[in-house]
Amino acid sequence: MTKMTRIEIDCSTGIESIIELTEAEVAELTYQAELAAEKKAEEDAKAEADAVAKAALLDRLGITADEAKLLLA
Amino acid sequence: MPNTFELIASSTVGSGGAANIDFTSIPSTYTDLQLFLSLRVNTTSLGDQTLISFNGSTASFSARLLIGNGSAASSTTIARYTMPNGNTDVTASTFSSGSIYIPNYAGSANKSYSADGVQENNATGALAILTAGLWSNTAAINQITLTPNAGSYVQYSTAYLYGVKNT
Repeated sequence: MTKMTRIEIDCSTGIESIIELTEAEVAELTYQAELAAEKKAEEDAKAEADAVAKAALLDRLGITADEAKLLLA
Repeated sequence: MPNTFELIASSTVGSGGAANIDFTSIPSTYTDLQLFLSLRVNTTSLGDQTLISFNGSTASFSARLLIGNGSAASSTTIARYTMPNGNTDVTASTFSSGSIYIPNYAGSANKSYSADGVQENNATGALAILTAGLWSNTAAINQITLTPNAGSYVQYSTAYLYGVKNT
């Protein structure tokens, strides 16, 4: 399996190094990716809940989304 | 207003990808720093944020974002945010473009930065984001690390670091 790497550029020498990540760095990246996935799932769930609530409200009011926009314009 | 740009260093990601791009030993001989970036990650929109850190620190950052996506404008806060990344949810083989300006990076006050970034996407939705960021730390900046919030930068992503000064 290919090891994950990072790029380090020493600006005092111009030397670029490709460095394999340590196990701790890989673990941290995995953790950050999991956090990003959790956050995205929360945002998607909220967006879906908001859409359902909006549709239910429009239904109760007996108007369409376009008519609601017209009222708010 | 500083009026000269000098390339300090640059990097193009190779075929193995890169979890981050790290400029170290940045000289303190300029007034400001400017980064020009072209970036894409190997994951979905989960990895659409490039985050910055200074001197190896990820603490004491805050940022305010103004976001347009083609149909609506919004704002939010994401610590360390700089620009969106091209990712597997946007057009294949396209890279986001962005720049980051860091004034008075070697001074003794807290460090601010501004950033702008746009995605390239052959669809009606694509992000354009302006960011005002702050690192509440008075240390001179001698290291800048760019990291996607998930995934890795893909081959041909580029980062150019310029020094800016008056003479």
